[in-house]
Amino acid sequence: MRPTTSILMRAALGLLLALLAPARFIAQHETAADVLDGERAYRQTCANCHGPDGDVITGIDLGRGQFRRQMSDDDLVRIIRTGIAGTPMPPSNMTVEQAQKIVAYLRARAASVRAGAGRGAVRGDAARGQAIFEGKGGCLGCHRVNGAGSGIGPELSRIGAVRGALEIEQSLVDPNVDVQATNRFYRVVMRDGSAVTGRLLTHDTFTIQMLDLSERLRSFNKSDLREHGFAASPMPSFRDRLTSQEIADLIGYLVSLRGRS
Amino acid sequence: MRLRSVGILVLVVAAAATLGAQVSFDRLLNANREPHNWLSYSGTTFNQRYSELTQITPANVKNLQLQWVWQARSLEKFEATPLVVDGVMYTVEAPNNIVALDAATGRPFWTFNYTPAPEGRPCCGRVNRGVAILGNTLYMGTIDAHLIAVDARSGQLIWNVVVADAKARYSITHNPLIVKDKVIIGTGGGDGPIRGYISAFDAKSGKEAWRFYTIPAAGEPGNDTWAGDSWKTGGAGVWNAGAYDPETNLVYFGTGNPAPDWDGRSRLGDNLYSDSVVALDADTGKLKWYYQFTPHDELDYDSTQVPTLADVQWQGRARKVMLWANRNGVMYVLDRTTGEFLKGKPFVKTNWLDGFNAEGRPNRVKFPTPEGTLIHPHVHGGINWAPTAFSPRTGWYYVASWENSGTVAVEGQFPRAAGPNNRQTAMGQTNLVPFYNNDTEPYGVVRAYDPATLDKKWEFRMTDITWGGVLATASDLVFSGGREGYFLALDAKTGALLWRASVGGQVNAGAMSYAVNGRQHVAIAAGNTLFSYALP
Repeated sequence: MRPTTSILMRAALGLLLALLAPARFIAQHETAADVLDGERAYRQTCANCHGPDGDVITGIDLGRGQFRRQMSDDDLVRIIRTGIAGTPMPPSNMTVEQAQKIVAYLRARAASVRAGAGRGAVRGDAARGQAIFEGKGGCLGCHRVNGAGSGIGPELSRIGAVRGALEIEQSLVDPNVDVQATNRFYRVVMRDGSAVTGRLLTHDTFTIQMLDLSERLRSFNKSDLREHGFAASPMPSFRDRLTSQEIADLIGYLVSLRGRS
Repeated sequence: MRLRSVGILVLVVAAAATLGAQVSFDRLLNANREPHNWLSYSGTTFNQRYSELTQITPANVKNLQLQWVWQARSLEKFEATPLVVDGVMYTVEAPNNIVALDAATGRPFWTFNYTPAPEGRPCCGRVNRGVAILGNTLYMGTIDAHLIAVDARSGQLIWNVVVADAKARYSITHNPLIVKDKVIIGTGGGDGPIRGYISAFDAKSGKEAWRFYTIPAAGEPGNDTWAGDSWKTGGAGVWNAGAYDPETNLVYFGTGNPAPDWDGRSRLGDNLYSDSVVALDADTGKLKWYYQFTPHDELDYDSTQVPTLADVQWQGRARKVMLWANRNGVMYVLDRTTGEFLKGKPFVKTNWLDGFNAEGRPNRVKFPTPEGTLIHPHVHGGINWAPTAFSPRTGWYYVASWENSGTVAVEGQFPRAAGPNNRQTAMGQTNLVPFYNNDTEPYGVVRAYDPATLDKKWEFRMTDITWGGVLATASDLVFSGGREGYFLALDAKTGALLWRASVGGQVNAGAMSYAVNGRQHVAIAAGNTLFSYALP
């Protein structure tokens, strides 16, 4: 794994696609939405073998557009649909359109990586990243990895299997931009003025259920509260807390977390 | 109010003592005269979902207690509204088992088991919204597009006819409509390449009496609203309750989206009579009038909501109207005799139109584009199929809907939910699910509207969205629920919350009310379970 730092965010992939997509990919007018669809399909179907960044199979780096031989979009669509005989690459029941969306995603991703590399990307070191994660970064205060750390934030033991380097980077430098709905924080204030903050587990018209900062399950009747509402993520931005090299190292560590075998 | 309650109870006792199980068409037409019963899907052929019972009031509703629970042996969504006939409740265990229960205790009398053919695969759930009754016979449409007659006393099959070919993706999920000696039913499946129709069957024999295609054939008026041969597979299914007005002798059904749903490029034109209400002569099936809510729909805005008929004061005079909160986010008032467009007004955040011409045709201003266009409301609509209510006492129209929902419409592709939590798009499951939406994302809401202006009179806002319907009562209560798994009682005049029960599963149906042994009940399906409440 050789993660790079770049300031490009996932949302930019669609725009890049429009600027950089190969001319041959003309079966339809692919859109930013296609790219997002393709990303979802890639994660569900391809990432188990190829990894979230597409670089698990030796000699192939899908996220950077590197293949064992030159591949056109049509070649990739065909392989996604029919597989490669005599290899672990299986056929799928995808339509041409579905396969094209995956290709659109991979092309856009490769374009974004190329753009990032052109801006002076930094390679990260997983071992140094782990040291930062467990030390200077203070990440274990909120996150748990392989049983160590707090459960108040997202559990990260398999984060490298489900998120790519670009997404992880975004979470590190700009954590409030794209908070998954399941990771939203909530704050309630009792009638006596005391407040409780935690990760929202569910809420409805009358009640709130959350995991507080002490990892206790808490349930509240809204009618008992003075006020309540969503709170900003307690995840700090590491943009100015860590150097570019340290962020790259941290990403290197996180993308290496793929669960216990 | 007290005197009125006593009067109703006397009526209930007298009715229970004298009426047999035979449900004549005259009883169906005058169902409001026997409010202890609930004789059709929304109570009467006017679909007002309004109960004349007054034992449960705003003052005592807080004392409601659970009387019984009946658990369906089904993991499908429970969308059926039960019927109650003289102490016996009939409902459907999804997909297509009919169950007769003691309405006082919830104990089962019998179950009619029906196994649909494997090809019966509706797009959006193996569901059924209820049965109809005429005489001693129950009628049910099935997900493999059959119409079945069952003896209400024994639960034995009387006849079973094929309405449409399930292999061609037809299905039936709604309750039949009884008119005179006919059973009228529509065919769903319009998300696929069907050509929808509404058929009337002889109640005794099951023989088809007439058929109306919701898409005109070549040479018929309206066929030119379909490009080429697209009319042959243009959808326009019918999958929700119809209404009947004996004065006009018209039946009214809403029709579904044109197919393919979100890609209109192959079916240029208005695509009549998709996304319309059609008014048909009840005896012949001939089209008397139609109104198309969404011409050339590309956002799956089925107009398969339950038509609600009401007599209201309109600009200083009494007028027979039809109220229609549509999936496209607009609420309509139509003259139900002529089909005249009287008024249309968005009832949720809506941006696909900016007004109407003099004939009521919407002026559409948002279209799917290759880049994607943000369109309100969401593809599942401001309301989807859930039944609405009308109270002749307050004169208001009660609607449970989704507010602030949006769709990114990409040309030729299935529209996507706008916003970070696309789980909001899930069709109603049965069980409760965690909900994380923030205050700017879609939410469910129950509102009251004045039909004369379509102005909102009050609202009760929920946190989660809702697939539930609404019931109004003559004691000025409104009952509703939603995906959060609460059954709610609201003040029909103010919207104030008066009572709630946590029912542990999603409310994906409309409530109904009945009386047995002198006690008024309100019943609601939630999760896979039917609950019945009454005062102690």
